[in-house]
Amino acid sequence: MPATLFQKVWDAHAVRTLPSGQTQLFVGLHLVHEVTTPQAFDMMRQQGWRVAFPERTFATVDHIVPTSSQRRPFLDLMAEEMTTALERNCREAGIRLWAPDNDNQGIVHVIGPELGLTQPGMTIACGDSHTSTHGALGAIAFGIGTSQVRDVLASQCLALDPLNVRRIDISGRLNRGVYAKDVILTIIRRLGVQGGVGFAYEYGGSTIDAMTIDERMTICNMSIEGGARIGYVNPDDTTYAFLRGRRFSPAGDAFDRAVAWWRQMASDTSATYADRVTFDATAIEPTVTWGINPGQSVAVSEPIDGDPDDEAFAFMGFRPGQRVRGTRIDVAFIGSCTNGRLSDLEDAAHVVRGHHVAPHVKALVVPGSQAVRRAAEARGLHDVFIEAGFEWRGAGCSMCLGMNQDRLEGRQVSASSSNRNFKGRQGSPTGRTLLMSPAMVAAAAIAGEVVDVREMLEAVPA
Amino acid sequence: MPLRGDELDTDRIMPARFLRAVSFDGLERHLFEDDRAADPGHAFNDPRYAGASILVVNANFGCGSSREHAPQGLVRAGIRAIVGESFSEIFQGNAAMLGLPCFVASHEAVERLQTLIETTPDVAIAADVASGAITAGSMRIAATLPPALRDGFVSGQWNPTLMLLDRYDEVRAVADRLPYMNWVIG
Repeated sequence: MPATLFQKVWDAHAVRTLPSGQTQLFVGLHLVHEVTTPQAFDMMRQQGWRVAFPERTFATVDHIVPTSSQRRPFLDLMAEEMTTALERNCREAGIRLWAPDNDNQGIVHVIGPELGLTQPGMTIACGDSHTSTHGALGAIAFGIGTSQVRDVLASQCLALDPLNVRRIDISGRLNRGVYAKDVILTIIRRLGVQGGVGFAYEYGGSTIDAMTIDERMTICNMSIEGGARIGYVNPDDTTYAFLRGRRFSPAGDAFDRAVAWWRQMASDTSATYADRVTFDATAIEPTVTWGINPGQSVAVSEPIDGDPDDEAFAFMGFRPGQRVRGTRIDVAFIGSCTNGRLSDLEDAAHVVRGHHVAPHVKALVVPGSQAVRRAAEARGLHDVFIEAGFEWRGAGCSMCLGMNQDRLEGRQVSASSSNRNFKGRQGSPTGRTLLMSPAMVAAAAIAGEVVDVREMLEAVPA
Repeated sequence: MPLRGDELDTDRIMPARFLRAVSFDGLERHLFEDDRAADPGHAFNDPRYAGASILVVNANFGCGSSREHAPQGLVRAGIRAIVGESFSEIFQGNAAMLGLPCFVASHEAVERLQTLIETTPDVAIAADVASGAITAGSMRIAATLPPALRDGFVSGQWNPTLMLLDRYDEVRAVADRLPYMNWVIG
């Protein structure tokens, strides 16, 4: 019987049906970081439980780590304490950890794919809602809470209810200046921030087929902002080419056998879906959020529509019918698990080259991983950013959620390549976030206000 | 207690700076901290609702981050049940792991319940996990829990850890069947 990748992966990992009717699902890859796990390790200790499959859990530090100087001990005592706790927990449990002094450290959703840990047909869980990112490689990946982290440590399993699958087809070629970020913001705008509850999103169509893995990761990453705990793209030749030769990818003949298995895990062409929706990529424009959830966005050329959310207008200081374009910004942030990969930095540098950040703007680039940082430096991107007046930082989550020292102050307005514009998200309770693509953030940093990146690109060779 | 508003995300419930800790202790003090500072009339500032154990919310409550710190804070503040129009899946699952049921009722029923509590804050409210019935004074509204969570609460087995630990041989068998379990190198 034809099936979706979701169904195939689910069936391959189902241990049994629990008395509750939920499925006991085996977790193929468990990723942990410093913020949502210390309590889980404590619970394990209190129960006297051992980690069942320590070789299937990998750890890094990303949320709280400083990105200005990563020399230990951190000046931020809590960052030091949380990092030390993770080091101890991993050492005791025999879990591999990439700490800040290791070349592989970075945002958990950046390093998983980078190291080839993330593979098609796997179940992946992590105490972080943006775990959906890993679906870009054809994995079924989802965020969990700390008590579930404990369950995975103890049993390598979770108790879950299956989801329905919504197929989202995006067709056509993206216009210049339009990026994966604009695609996912447009999808969330139309389907709503709650539209994906109960669904896994399967993205496909000619636009997705033509995308790189980096771009697919941006799309899958923000599935959760549309309410979908899981988002994925079926594995294809782009996926296999991406995985070949990575550190944890199978090598030699094993790689070919792996590809054969990955191929058969993809959705069958005749699979049925609980729902289908389509998008025309050629109609998508550079998109910016104006409100306090990621569904409240608008094309940069358009006025804000008649959303009835008075709270959002009051908080952000916009009026219905106003344009976001022209909004003066205070901070420009390029980074995060959504848009902190090498191609994102390249897109931004392409806009920045030869320009300077507006004098009133604090601009920072935070690579998603140390490997991204090294690769960017090898290409000279750091020089482009530094000469333009950006700060060039170490790897981490940074100002996406303001858990380290990188935070908005007061009512500052931030042009941000991250994923959430919730009230208080970037570290100031009254700070305001405008989500957009890295290229749009770069353009805003230079202009000092929100602009249409397409106009800046007209002056740049493609 | 009624807490109005759609899309109350987990950054609002528990701002990220309070995740800077290795334990969940004391999180109840920081529930909605920024919202409460911005709005003196916030429900969690309102002495009429002090000691409330049932929280009544609107749509998509708990969306956003998977941080269990949000339901941990609520449980530690004495919240024993939430009634709302809808919840994010991750939040609802995290809450269930802590024995905190999230009941789903219609928009109209939730608004009526919120209004009733606002006008008579001392009304006694009961939530029945078996039937889904929410009663407040003479008002009775129908609500639901996902069947697996309902059965878990009724049987007292809402935390699945022991069940997951129960059949290691079956877990091992699944692991051995998965081709990638033999691929890891490095």
